[in-house]
Amino acid sequence: MTTTLPTIAREAVSIEIGGMAISLRTQDPSFHRLIENRYTGFVGTSPDSRLKFDIDLREPSESSVDDDLEVKMEHGEWLLKRGDFRASWNPETSRGRIRQSCNPYAIDCVLRIVHSLVLARQGGFLVHAASAIRGGKAFLFSGVSGAGKTTISRLAPPDATLLTDEISYVRREGNRYIACGTPFAGELARVGENCSAPLSAFFLLEKGLQNRIEPIGPSEAIQRLLRNILFFAHDPELVKLVFQSACEFASLVPIHRLVFVPDQRVWDIIR
Amino acid sequence: MAERYIARSKAIAARMVGGEMMVMSAVDSTFFTLNEVASAIWQAADGRTPLAEIVAGKVCQEFDVDPEQAQRGANRFVDELSQHGILLVSDQPLIDSSPSPERP
Repeated sequence: MTTTLPTIAREAVSIEIGGMAISLRTQDPSFHRLIENRYTGFVGTSPDSRLKFDIDLREPSESSVDDDLEVKMEHGEWLLKRGDFRASWNPETSRGRIRQSCNPYAIDCVLRIVHSLVLARQGGFLVHAASAIRGGKAFLFSGVSGAGKTTISRLAPPDATLLTDEISYVRREGNRYIACGTPFAGELARVGENCSAPLSAFFLLEKGLQNRIEPIGPSEAIQRLLRNILFFAHDPELVKLVFQSACEFASLVPIHRLVFVPDQRVWDIIR
Repeated sequence: MAERYIARSKAIAARMVGGEMMVMSAVDSTFFTLNEVASAIWQAADGRTPLAEIVAGKVCQEFDVDPEQAQRGANRFVDELSQHGILLVSDQPLIDSSPSPERP
């Protein structure tokens, strides 16, 4: 007579952002549902996720999302650590493990970090910016908190497709850049549309008394772009890659300063 | 005063854009935009040429500046970049450092 040891099946859910699917496996059905709900529109059905993570849930601890984030490479594995989670990811095997409490912020943070690490080697990046598609062209509106990312998103005309009001996804394809929708929402608290378009212009937001677009010099453009790129790893090689990506981006995509008043007419000058 | 030899660190990323040299530390992400004079010193920082010679032979020849003023400015520039590990400074030639040419 044979006996089968009891096992707990892990359910996988695939989150596809920027064309890259990441499979998340959890044995907790309620967390599985939480992920599916949070990433509505980005849940894929493809079984061919490039990266696979197993999630182990633990009891919440006193440490929190406000604790310092640490991302480092150790013995061929990326280690990601914050108060509310610990994760490891082996780029060779594309497998990883996340240990976190049952909250959506930890998984959100892990996804952002993993995408930023993958994009860094492909000439792309995640950037603090709202983005939208209009007339088949994508526009990014970048700035620190309070610069107007959510405001410009709220003012978007009905024919604009909002990709995100907080974190934009920029992918390189040959000599052009593609902006992709993300589920990473800001104050608007609404996930972006899961679609993409060639990037036409990158605007640095600044609130003012009238709507106008101003040119800025290449070195200022690159410096301000770098300030807004999300990058977490203390890894000199990747820092160099991100720097080169920012320079390449600035040579191929027009970067302007967009001074605007919180008024829908600002969208009349965005071409 | 002892000679100062300067060399570009390998833990940096740099690129000339629109006539300005942009340099970023790969260690602490500090970012510098160098003007023409600073760019000239930066490009001449081969670890073998003394700073005084760079100032006399490059800066004073190519730019209309007073030699003493140029030397003081060069020292300040080197001190600041060396604090961030972007430039390596020694009173001996830094022969092992062989910085690769910057990408245009």
